[in-house]
Amino acid sequence: MVAETSTQLISVTLRVWRQAGAGQPGKFVEYKASNLSPNMSLLEMLDVVNDDLERTGEDPIAFAHDCREGICGTCSLMIDGKPHGPHKGVASCQTYMRSFADGATITIEPFRARPFPVIKDLITDRSAFDQIQQAGGFISVRTGACCDANAIPVPKGVADLAMDAAQCIGCGACVAACKNASAMLFVAAKVSHLGLLPQGQAERDRRVLAMVQTMDDAGFGNCTNQYECSAACPKLISHDFIARMNRDFIGATLRSAFQPVSNAAGGGAG
Amino acid sequence: MNLVGSLFRSSIGRKFLMAVTGLVLVGFVTGHLVGNLQIFAHPDKINGYAHFLQSLGPALWAVRLGLLACVVIHVWAAVALALENKSARGPENYGVIKWLNAALASRYMKHTGVVILAFIVYHLAHFTVGAAQAGSFKTALAEHTMAGDFLLLGLPIVAKGQTVHDVYSMVYLGFANPVVSLFYIIAVALLSLHLLHGVDSMFQTFGLRNHSWVPFLRRVVSLLCLAYLVGNVAIPGAILTGMAKPAAGTTAAEKLAAVAVAAPSVVQR
Amino acid sequence: MAKLESKIPPGPLADKWRKHKTDIKLVNPANKRKYEVIVIGAGLAGSSAAATLAELGYKVKSIVFHDSPRRAHSIAAQGGINAAKNYQNDGDSVYRLFYDTIKGGDYRAREANVHRLAEVSVNIIDQCVGQGVPFAREYGGLLANRSFGGAQVSRTFYARGQTGQQLLLGAYSALSRMVGQGAVELVTQHEMVDLVVVNGHAKGVITRDLVTGKLVRHSADAVILATGGYGNVFNLSTYARGSNTTAIWRAYKRGACMANPCYTQIHPTCIPVSGDYQSKLTLMSESLRNDGRIWVPKKKEDCKKDPNSIPEADRDYYLERIYPSFGNLAPRDVASRAAKRMCDEGRGVGETGLGVYLDFSDAIRRLGEAGVRERYGNLFDIYHEITNENAYKTPMRIYPAVHYTMGGLWVDYNLMSNVPGLFVLGEANFSDHGANRLGASALMQGLADGYFVVPYTIGDYLAQQKPNAKPSTELPEFAEAEASVAAMTKRLMSNQGSQPVNYYHKKLGKLMWDYCGMARTKEGLEKALIEIPKLREEFWANVNIPGSAENMNQALERAGRVADFIELGELMCRDALTREESCGGHFREEYQHPDGECKRDDEKFAHVAAWEYQGEGQTPLRNTEPLNYETVKMSVRSYK
Ligand SMILES: Cc1cc2nc3c(=O)[nH]c(=O)nc-3n(C[C@H](O)[C@H](O)[C@H](O)COP(=O)(O)OP(=O)(O)OC[C@H]3O[C@@H](n4cnc5c(N)ncnc54)[C@H](O)[C@@H]3O)c2cc1C
Ligand code: HEM
Ligand code: HEM
Ligand code: SF4
Ligand code: F3S
Ligand code: FES
Repeated sequence: MVAETSTQLISVTLRVWRQAGAGQPGKFVEYKASNLSPNMSLLEMLDVVNDDLERTGEDPIAFAHDCREGICGTCSLMIDGKPHGPHKGVASCQTYMRSFADGATITIEPFRARPFPVIKDLITDRSAFDQIQQAGGFISVRTGACCDANAIPVPKGVADLAMDAAQCIGCGACVAACKNASAMLFVAAKVSHLGLLPQGQAERDRRVLAMVQTMDDAGFGNCTNQYECSAACPKLISHDFIARMNRDFIGATLRSAFQPVSNAAGGGAG
Repeated sequence: MNLVGSLFRSSIGRKFLMAVTGLVLVGFVTGHLVGNLQIFAHPDKINGYAHFLQSLGPALWAVRLGLLACVVIHVWAAVALALENKSARGPENYGVIKWLNAALASRYMKHTGVVILAFIVYHLAHFTVGAAQAGSFKTALAEHTMAGDFLLLGLPIVAKGQTVHDVYSMVYLGFANPVVSLFYIIAVALLSLHLLHGVDSMFQTFGLRNHSWVPFLRRVVSLLCLAYLVGNVAIPGAILTGMAKPAAGTTAAEKLAAVAVAAPSVVQR
Repeated sequence: MAKLESKIPPGPLADKWRKHKTDIKLVNPANKRKYEVIVIGAGLAGSSAAATLAELGYKVKSIVFHDSPRRAHSIAAQGGINAAKNYQNDGDSVYRLFYDTIKGGDYRAREANVHRLAEVSVNIIDQCVGQGVPFAREYGGLLANRSFGGAQVSRTFYARGQTGQQLLLGAYSALSRMVGQGAVELVTQHEMVDLVVVNGHAKGVITRDLVTGKLVRHSADAVILATGGYGNVFNLSTYARGSNTTAIWRAYKRGACMANPCYTQIHPTCIPVSGDYQSKLTLMSESLRNDGRIWVPKKKEDCKKDPNSIPEADRDYYLERIYPSFGNLAPRDVASRAAKRMCDEGRGVGETGLGVYLDFSDAIRRLGEAGVRERYGNLFDIYHEITNENAYKTPMRIYPAVHYTMGGLWVDYNLMSNVPGLFVLGEANFSDHGANRLGASALMQGLADGYFVVPYTIGDYLAQQKPNAKPSTELPEFAEAEASVAAMTKRLMSNQGSQPVNYYHKKLGKLMWDYCGMARTKEGLEKALIEIPKLREEFWANVNIPGSAENMNQALERAGRVADFIELGELMCRDALTREESCGGHFREEYQHPDGECKRDDEKFAHVAAWEYQGEGQTPLRNTEPLNYETVKMSVRSYK
């Protein structure tokens, strides 16, 4: 075996952000966790800590999770200053205790951004992402109104690139990592996924303008090209998509300003 | 949103404005450096060049206003974005703060920007208005008589024997002051750092940057910034250290020689 | 006794759906906005239904316990989605997909439903491509396909290993569009905790706001449940931790019949349990069995040794030995049971003894490490991430895990349960998969139900209801439902027990796995039927829930779910006990062919068992709906 398969049990000290509810004051609280298998996931370690708290009647640490295999985007922990923990390209639920040294202190905080208010402890409200999607993260096609799937050929390279962008799990780590709390990587991934495909062309300009505006209105910060987001992204979504969205946005802005306006929209004749 | 709204209110719009104004400013500082390097040539060169610029009249004012607008927009956007970014984090900051990837230059854009702004104000007071070192300002110095014709792109601009402001001596006298020189050196170094991220960043903002050519882009930008740094530091550096001496017969040569005799230290008039 | 009218339309199989669509009642477009439909769940089934109904003009309220509809468990599906497109020109057809699904389900599904599923599968792919789902493509730009278990044609469409994610994001984008237009009211972080039945019709639900703890009444003209599967009754499964039975279980307690609850699919290639802290079993793609060879040591004493040190002669490639023609590619249920048998014999490997080797050394010799990496690299990476072992150097350890539940609420051809106005879609209904589901068919079914079936069939029900007539939430039925939930919450919160919820979930899971898992016996099930009620008592007497019910309380959420799982577990065992045959995922050791294959009893059990709640402490009633096979002939499945 190449990797060490040490099964020696370890102990750690947790510094966890506890906050009873939205708008309430929060603070770090320390917990000791011992006899941990290195093959335990970080979330399983929290389960064990919580079981102990529940046994003694203390409020367990609230944290968001669901699939526990890195795809649903629910888990969202800031672990020692890095969203999703020390490894690249994985979500919090895929972080294992073997990544921490015996005796280590692990600081766990919620993702922080004004548009992601804390609900409780480590859980934040990320519905701002849904609002961005509702503004334009779709191709308007009614159920049943589509042509045969193979009538729209998509070059493999384009489909692959669209898939790279489409992989985003909507976790918000990009926002958490960005020193400006900017949601550019998330929005860029969405805009690029649909904007790359032939099906997405009709609404391309409208989509990018609407989604960026909704992103801005939600109170996310502005991108200053720091590339922290892509480094924290569990799906390693590239910031190249941000560049692509910048271009799309400016193009759409200029096009919408200088295109002739149809009669139907109050322009034209006269 | 209309065009103006989209550019001035949206996050990407303002970013785009920063990049466009940044590009114009990069163009200016590059050209300005090339012009300034004439300080190492015959005094006719820079003095003729300065005279030429002054003689442009309305055109000069147009360029000045354009540059001013760029600086204003650039700085306004920087401030607006920075304020928003600060509040976007929310009521609480992280207990542990770590950087994952961002380059040093990119983390300090605001800081380098502020120093550059301060520098620009001082610099205008120094060489353009004459408020900083009024005694060695060009209008306080004897006029320079052209020793030869000054040509630009082969066109005769200033004729031999004509008298013009002695910018050459002004610069030498100005940089003879170590405090002034040091400030210039620091400022241009920070400007180079600003550009190290800025120029690369511009490509990202314009949507012209992607992984396939980033390594090349980064290398080119680094080299340019290095060249810019060397060129810029060279002027105050060489003058201060005495590696470059004013040409004999210029006001600067006389004044500096006089001071050197009176006291071994340097002038501050 | 519940009325189970399947409402299968008359006529030849292939014409049933088309004819049914022209026969059923329609709601006039101007009237549609006068009807409100509640959709619980936004997985593939729920979000596709909510979006489509809103597009048609109905008022829709979409309720999920997740913080965003995009997080539904459907997001985790990896492999792909079937459709009878025949793009590969390899002889696929609607009939063949229909036939494969019926056979795969071991002849325990309704022919008419399955045929409809195969018919609309074709439209699903068109719809998804239209929405921008980035399916894999060939260089020519056309769609690519792969093959999947249980079929001899390539009809599976996929988007890398993230097909479920991409399909769900497609449906979610359609849903988001309708939310943006104000046609759907989106209610997140609300858990449905009761169904409200008014005059015998489903007319609303009670939800608990998971953030504030408040109970909220919602009324509507019809209710759709698309709340997914209940495999977490086993505690450890490939399901997301939040997947639960609460919505369908509480509907069951309000009169909806629960059909075939014991049909559970166990997937053979999952990463084994490593310790009692474990919360989740991760699926490794079935495709690994194409090149990996499965074995256990011949001698018990070798089990703890380094596998590489065990000589070839001491290895038992048991699948190749027992099923010489299918070998390592034996179907899911067969391969799973064989692994269990090896471990029961004491020849399991790994720390817990619950694992078998999946060995790639032959493949590496044949293809080179690079060749294997190219085919399975990402899976080897996942394996490494979880186990910290390098499967290029040492064999993988795998073990079967609960993966899908074929059972669920009983529905008729219109997907309406026996409670009028209550529709059930996706994995939550007893579905079209009979006793066993084929790979890549669950996604197909969820989207078929949501995009192409319920939008038509719900009209038939609504057309018979007065417009603008959804009941007031002030009715006593709403008050009663809310009060019953509040009472349960109060009981949980006031308990001064000493064990956390997880303790009971683990215990239940172990009971279920031991007695109602891969192989079931009369004795075991009878034992479970004694143990589970005991566990239930103990749970209610001794569970401890800290905190308050007036704000977010995850322990309370889990407690409600586990309470339901305990009751469901009991019903599953009862169902398994009364189905005295083996079929698909339901394997009763007493009923097997000499070669260990399922022995069906078509005489006695070619029916759906639909359980009807009779009140607390009462034995539920077993209703049956006979399965009439008009087109396909039932035969024995064999994989030798
Ligand atoms: C690891 C894995 C891999 C799989 N791979 C494949 C595959 O490759 N191909 C395939 O065809 N199938 C696959 N399946 C099966 C398939 O993914 C599921 O059967 C299917 O996605 C279920 O979809 P659904 O819409 O019915 O429910 P789900 O996606 O489970 O959605 C349930 C929804 O209901 C909501 N909900 C539940 N209870 C409540 C409540 N009480 N109150 C409010 N909301 C509630 C949830 O919030 C969620 O939105 C796989 C399954 C697993 C576990
Ligand atoms: C070592 C470096 C520099 C030297 C020697 C230098 C020299 C000069 C001189 C001599 C002038 C006055 C020309 C005249 O009025 O005839 C001038 C003007 C100016 N310089 Fe510089 N400069 C330097 C760096 C910079 C930098 C880094 C900036 C910008 C950030 C800058 C911005 C300007 C501006 C805006 C003007 C005014 C132009 C006008 O008259 O409109 N300079 N500089
Ligand atoms: C001669 C002067 C200047 C030049 C040539 C210049 C150039 C640039 C360029 C090219 C960029 C990159 C734009 C982009 O990100 O796409 C930039 C960014 C920036 N500039 Fe300047 N700048 C100058 C002066 C200033 C001043 C005076 C300030 C502030 C007080 C400032 C603050 C910033 C900041 C904060 C950024 C980062 C913004 C971002 O990356 O989004 N700059 N600058
Ligand atoms: S872009 Fe990456 S980090 Fe951001 S939400 Fe998507 S997956 Fe998470
Ligand atoms: S880290 Fe932030 S600054 Fe931009 S490139 Fe990423 S959003
Ligand atoms: S829990 Fe789903 S991504 Fe981590």
